[in-house]
Amino acid sequence: MSAAEQSLATADAVPLSLRGPAPTRVVAGYGFWLFLLSDIIIFAALFAAYAVLSGETAGGPTAADLFDKKHVLIETACLLASSVTCGFGSLAVQSGDRNSTYFWMAITFILGAAFLSLEVSEFSHMLELGAGPSRSAFLSAFFTLVGTHGLHVTMGLCWLTVMLLQVATLGFQPMVSRRFFCFGLFWHALDIVWIGVFTIVYLGAHL
Amino acid sequence: MSNEIEAQGAAPGAHVRTHGTRGSYLIGLGYAAVLTLASFWASSTDVVYPPGVPILLGVLAIAQMGIHLVFFLHISSAPDQTNNILALAFGIFVVGLIVFGSMIIMAHLNHNMMPMDRLMQLKLQR
Amino acid sequence: MFGRLSWAAIPFDQPVVMIASGTVGFVIFCVLALVTVKGWWPYLWREWITSVDHKRIGVMYIGLALLMLVRGFSDAMLMRSQLALAAGHAQGYLPPEHYDQIFSAHGTIMIFFVAMPFVIGLMNFVLPLQLGVRDVAFPVLNSIGFWLSAAGVLLVNVSLVVGEFARTGWLAYPPLSEVAYSPGVGVDYYLWSLQISGLGTLLSGINLTTTILKLRAPGMGYRQMPIFCWTALASNLLIVASFPILTATFAMLLLDRYGGFHFFTNDLGGNPMMYINLIWCWGHPEVYILILPAFGVFSEVVATFSGKPLFGRRSMVMATMGICVLSFLVWLHHFFTMGAGADVNAFFGIATMIIAVPTGVKIFNWLFTLYGGRIRFTVPIYWAIGFMVTFVIGGMTGVLMAIPPADFVLHNSLFLIAHFHNVAIGGVVFGVMAGISYWFPKAFGFTLNERLGKAVFWCWFFGFYLAFMPLYVLGLMGATRRMQHYSNTHWQPLMLVALAGAVLILVGIALTVVQIAVSIRQREHNRDVTGDPWNGRTLEWSTPSPPPVWNFSHMPQVDRADAFWAMKQQHGTAQSRDVKRTYETIHVPRNNPTGFFLAFFAVLLGFSLIWRIWWGAGLGLLGVIVVCLTQAWRTDGEIEVPAEKVAAFERLHGLKESAV
Repeated sequence: MSAAEQSLATADAVPLSLRGPAPTRVVAGYGFWLFLLSDIIIFAALFAAYAVLSGETAGGPTAADLFDKKHVLIETACLLASSVTCGFGSLAVQSGDRNSTYFWMAITFILGAAFLSLEVSEFSHMLELGAGPSRSAFLSAFFTLVGTHGLHVTMGLCWLTVMLLQVATLGFQPMVSRRFFCFGLFWHALDIVWIGVFTIVYLGAHL
Repeated sequence: MSNEIEAQGAAPGAHVRTHGTRGSYLIGLGYAAVLTLASFWASSTDVVYPPGVPILLGVLAIAQMGIHLVFFLHISSAPDQTNNILALAFGIFVVGLIVFGSMIIMAHLNHNMMPMDRLMQLKLQR
Repeated sequence: MFGRLSWAAIPFDQPVVMIASGTVGFVIFCVLALVTVKGWWPYLWREWITSVDHKRIGVMYIGLALLMLVRGFSDAMLMRSQLALAAGHAQGYLPPEHYDQIFSAHGTIMIFFVAMPFVIGLMNFVLPLQLGVRDVAFPVLNSIGFWLSAAGVLLVNVSLVVGEFARTGWLAYPPLSEVAYSPGVGVDYYLWSLQISGLGTLLSGINLTTTILKLRAPGMGYRQMPIFCWTALASNLLIVASFPILTATFAMLLLDRYGGFHFFTNDLGGNPMMYINLIWCWGHPEVYILILPAFGVFSEVVATFSGKPLFGRRSMVMATMGICVLSFLVWLHHFFTMGAGADVNAFFGIATMIIAVPTGVKIFNWLFTLYGGRIRFTVPIYWAIGFMVTFVIGGMTGVLMAIPPADFVLHNSLFLIAHFHNVAIGGVVFGVMAGISYWFPKAFGFTLNERLGKAVFWCWFFGFYLAFMPLYVLGLMGATRRMQHYSNTHWQPLMLVALAGAVLILVGIALTVVQIAVSIRQREHNRDVTGDPWNGRTLEWSTPSPPPVWNFSHMPQVDRADAFWAMKQQHGTAQSRDVKRTYETIHVPRNNPTGFFLAFFAVLLGFSLIWRIWWGAGLGLLGVIVVCLTQAWRTDGEIEVPAEKVAAFERLHGLKESAV
């Protein structure tokens, strides 16, 4: 057995819960995981509101009137692709490869921005039609649920920009690497939430 | 060093083995793309029994979320992932309660209580 | 220029408010002047305001809570005296518009700014010490969480002077809380201060959960962890899972008010019942967030002062985690009467009765711990026994109301008020008081005066019964809550008894202040030189009182529950806690002003949003971003405590021990 495997073997003998304080990377990752779960619960409340209020169109436009599936498919493709490029980017961070990091994270940013601009165009089109959030409870719930997701994507893009600046100025310090790791968690989680959004809001509308 | 980190538990998304996870992202992308397209197809097809479409969509959505969790966030049943899985399970439990609990309760309330617009009409009449 | 803010916002025509705020303002001014004259600002800034030490933050949380207890209790005195007077034709001295603000402020302050900070403060102080580690998982986040809570406190109290508070009760139900029926700033004050402090609470929940699950001394597995840590884990899991619901629901109400959305309005499809549903989805776990740490305190106190290990450790842990899960399955019992129908009501009624079972398990475990033990009747045990009697009564009235038909009679009556004060005071307040008197010597190095402590207990105990038992009777007689005046003069004698009880509690609160002052004066006499004044069982008693910043000079090695007790059995006395004499350099987090500055800009942001001063809001948001970015580039987060300094500290305390 190699030394590494040996240490793993003996380490396995002592259960994880008895090994003392975990390293900072694990602690930070777990704390962020908990934060993400709390964020998902915010979305759960918004989903619940949408589920309850989706029929309350108050004589105004309905979901079937407003939603364009092709538009949503392109948005979904952008976000899914950006998740993968984010994954490649985080591999680059792990191996300390600066150029690769910039490349893959830049593509992630572009795809995320594309998603946002598609969403903004959809929202402004609806506002033009008079189908704004103050028209009915259904529209309030729609704009809030989808808009909150979009707000999270926006904050993610801002965070990504800051992270790239941190790499440029501080290099791949453990602190920077940890934060990139958390960003990756965040970005993947946003795609998971989007799966819920497009299934329930957009695909559900056409039933 | 990375062995030590492994030994102390890994957070979701941690790259346990650096080689090969590029593959995991691409495999995940493949599965997710197929399932996504399947969802879009399912919502507009006539082939599937219509009352079953919501259930199909739900299954596809859960499958997609699972793909993300496994291939992008590297959730597994390894002992160092136990805390993460427990937290996730608790989160799913609460999310399910909030969404389905609210839907059931509000359906009952809406069924039993006078609709708000009629209530307002009554109020205005007084 | 200043949105809706103008001089008309200050209620010059309301003498009660002007005198109250004038007095408070004067006191604040005197305190600030004293601090300035004495030159204490550098000390305060360095040692407290920018501290990221969990012990300091815990003490600040409790100080904040004590301050707000006085504010919340003065609201209670106003209500009790009003109700003692306003019978039959008399109208009392508080008009309805004012009375409505008082009961709304009372509830909001007591739950969010007294009970929560008390409980979070205790957990903050105790957990790392009991877990055998140096600090919580995220020390800077800890400071941020505290200061955001303080920001919420400031906003709520500003509403007394500038503008008004909500008149909607402590949960601000729509449609009353919508713009159509509450067009003023009161509900906005309520919503923004709770959003800000709620964020702080959520950050605390994440912090403490991560600490308990990922940061424990070597050898301390889940089975070796103290019971207080288990209850803290359950409580913080509930915070992480439930506070987001509150955030989302308040956000939806804010969107209704600011953006003209229709989530909960009467028109265009809104559904106010959805708010009530969601808010109680949060609200029920919230009360368990408050009570579980109190249960944990009692587990520690009862075991320590019986001189026995806690009876039924495993069932205690299972009951705790059972309560954690079950607390999410009962929320509809807060609105049985809203019309969900018999089936739904039945499910939640049964679930509510089931959740009483694990609590019963805990009570029996405490009783069996006391049984056969050599009980020392110290102040904490007084609170524990008072709790066991009082909380059981409150729990029973809760199970009574869990039966929907009974609840249809008693919902929103004074019976309900009596029930929740019964469990809140008998459970949470008694638990916090026990915790404070138990851990005070650890925090400050001297014990509190025992005689005064017992006097405080008796005032609270008898005061509670006098104040709230009449309310049970009144509720059964048909009296409702949130009532500014009543026409049935037969109720008045009971209201007078309730007022007497409130006065007795007031005496108790005053005596607490006296107790602290006297104890400070007597501190040399009551000095805790061993670090273990109670012959404790858990690791916090193995440190000096107060502990050094780094808590443990050597990381304790644990192999069983009640780790410190086991160490004492092995080595003979508390003094032989540190056999080794070689020390290493210890890294401790550096002080950080991020929390304070974030809170400052949060207050600016909140106040500006409340008054629709958009440029002020922009400034506040910008400030928040700048502070965050500054923190992001901070690389010098730790300072080193050299081994010699650690050794010198240990030698100092070693000297004290051998002199005993």
